[in-house]
Amino acid sequence: MSPRLRTFAGFGITALLLFAVAPLVLGDFRLGLLAKYLCFAIVAVGIGLAWGRGGMLALGQGVFFGLGGYAMAMHLKLADAGPGELPDFMTLYGQLDALPWWWAPFANPVFALLATVLLPMLVALLLGLLIFRRRVRGAYFAILSQALAAAFAILLIGQQGTTGGTNGLTDIQGFFGYDLNDPVNRRMIYFIIATALLLMLLAAWQLMRSRYGELLVAVRDAEERVRFLGYDPANVKLVAYVVAAGMAGLAGALFVPAVGIISPALIGVVPSIEFVIGVAVGGRASLAGPAIGAIAVAWAKTALSERVPSAWTYFEGLLFVLPIVFLPGGIASLVRLRRRRTAEAPAAPALEKVPS
Amino acid sequence: MFKNRVATALVALSAVTALTACGAKTADTAGSAPAGGGAAVDTSGPTVKVGLLNSLSGTMAISEVTVRDAIQLAVEEINTAGGVLGKQLTAVSEDGASDWPTFAEKAQKLISQDKVAAVFGCWTSSSRKAVKPVFEKNKALLFYPVQYEGLEQSPYIFYTGATTNQQIVPALDYLKSTGKTSVYLVGSDYVFPRTANKIIKAYAAANGMKVLGEDYAPLGSTEFSTIVNKVKASGASAVFNTLNGDSNVAFFKEYKSAGLTAESMPVVSVSIAEEEVKSIGTQYLAGQLTAWNYYQTTEGAANERFVKAYKAKYGADKPTSDPMEAAYTSVYLWKAMAEKAGSFDIEKVKAAANAGGITYEAPEGLVTVDGATQHVFKTARIGKIGSDGLIEEVWNSGEPVKPDPYLKSYSWATGLS
Repeated sequence: MSPRLRTFAGFGITALLLFAVAPLVLGDFRLGLLAKYLCFAIVAVGIGLAWGRGGMLALGQGVFFGLGGYAMAMHLKLADAGPGELPDFMTLYGQLDALPWWWAPFANPVFALLATVLLPMLVALLLGLLIFRRRVRGAYFAILSQALAAAFAILLIGQQGTTGGTNGLTDIQGFFGYDLNDPVNRRMIYFIIATALLLMLLAAWQLMRSRYGELLVAVRDAEERVRFLGYDPANVKLVAYVVAAGMAGLAGALFVPAVGIISPALIGVVPSIEFVIGVAVGGRASLAGPAIGAIAVAWAKTALSERVPSAWTYFEGLLFVLPIVFLPGGIASLVRLRRRRTAEAPAAPALEKVPS
Repeated sequence: MFKNRVATALVALSAVTALTACGAKTADTAGSAPAGGGAAVDTSGPTVKVGLLNSLSGTMAISEVTVRDAIQLAVEEINTAGGVLGKQLTAVSEDGASDWPTFAEKAQKLISQDKVAAVFGCWTSSSRKAVKPVFEKNKALLFYPVQYEGLEQSPYIFYTGATTNQQIVPALDYLKSTGKTSVYLVGSDYVFPRTANKIIKAYAAANGMKVLGEDYAPLGSTEFSTIVNKVKASGASAVFNTLNGDSNVAFFKEYKSAGLTAESMPVVSVSIAEEEVKSIGTQYLAGQLTAWNYYQTTEGAANERFVKAYKAKYGADKPTSDPMEAAYTSVYLWKAMAEKAGSFDIEKVKAAANAGGITYEAPEGLVTVDGATQHVFKTARIGKIGSDGLIEEVWNSGEPVKPDPYLKSYSWATGLS
């Protein structure tokens, strides 16, 4: 099979699994969980692009996930409250008489939907311009993005009256007029998320196999050389970073109707690291690896904690350590390994050196 | 070409699924509720399941594991005594992992996979807020055993810990009666301290008390030199402490090294129970005040029995505390409700409780469920921490205080809810 054909077959099988097999096999509860995992997978596709292909260890994707999630949740809370009314927590904790000015535009569904993706992208663009132009990279970039996640979480916690504080925005009842209590509607949300994941995979695949994708890998492996060839590595990185942020925002927005909550606990340092761990376990440089890794890690977390509620964190830790020590290329490299054994030349740009 | 066809197919596929999968709209209120009275409780076998939802990992584990242990003790005792309505109880324990969305996920799992008759657990307000819609949507029961900031009354939650008028307001009354005219507020940065301090400020304004400062530290923070210096400089006559967990260790160490003592400027804490006293160290805490509804030293035969049973099961060095007692009591209260209803059916159990008259001779004394608010009548108790790590009661409200989660009976609290 040619690599192209194999990719199409991969997409076909994934679509079949997501749209036909999963809804038939899984009950409402498990399908809801899968919807949540798929949201993490969407974030992972973006990180795969920025980190696996671009060499930018984005340890602060929680920020963009949170921006998307809060944008969506703010609209849904306003829609639940009804026109002219305040969301429940504001009167409870904030004792506000009027909606804060920065909440007001989110009452408009079109604005809110656009904001879920464009707001994270805008923030990433501004940050990226500052960071990449100053040639901040490697560990410094990772630390910076991490600090940003911590700062954002603290900011949200401090503004209890207008953001819900540590509780976040909870108790979301409807999704654009559809009642989220109805299992049929929850199924619909699942299909929307599955479609979004496939589209994001498609977009990432397009980017990876384009000339831009090759340039991105070149910047990852030898930034100075690319610069001497006449390209501006800052712009190349910026595109990947902004796209990854947009994907994280979209995932956050879809996470809200699927799970019914967005809180600072989902966007701080720990969840941001967990996103990256999923990508590392799956294999960061491949197309499907990050998504598979994110789903596998999230699924393992649920399964282990249900089996051994008091000791599952040890197993989870083991799960992270083992692949990184024995399988640095992640789950995706298993496929490549097998392919190499069957004496076919590896076509995908394998990640030999590990840039941080 | 081929690629475009894949994309078109995908979009078409999603459009079709989205169209066919249109359920109830938010506008049609009728028909959106699941059929029947409430969540299906599995009563087919000789046993009936109950859910235990506590953080067994993460920052809250140290506190929540003790609550889980207390619930398990109650379940075992009930089973030994013949179960509930002739059925033995099976406890299904899940780990909320100190993470709010995980709490919501596990609550859903207990309800729809295990079909439990009731769930006992949660500690932080955030975890309760996360699971509240899950219990309301599925019409299932949660028993919440921890003192909290009030301003809530879900039809599917029973609150067996204190609300503000059973803990914070009595603590303020006590400070006022002992001649303290000014307080400094120190708390962790989350919902409970911020809401509690709002109430304290309203109380102070109406009672001629001065609030000289208000500071929040991030959860888990251990840097307190600035805050303690500000507290010292303020010259307040008392400190009201709503810090949680590890932060207390650092705060009280700093407090002592700044030369502040329980005599010169007493600290009233609302989140330090016997378990926490042990980990903070009595050398820092001796003489300081706490506000709860139960202490290990509370007198009465019911408490002697509870302390003895707990120590026999988990070890002689394990103290019992207020949230543990409230959790233990909540299982017995649910049993009383089910027996009064003569059924495990959630709506019937609820109706039995709402009709009033559910009581239990708890370790803290006789508790009664208030049918209207689904909170519990509790005696408020101020305690002084002793050098042996136990807390001795110095004042109590004399009789169980009627729960008032929205502080409706207090004129100074009108603007709060």
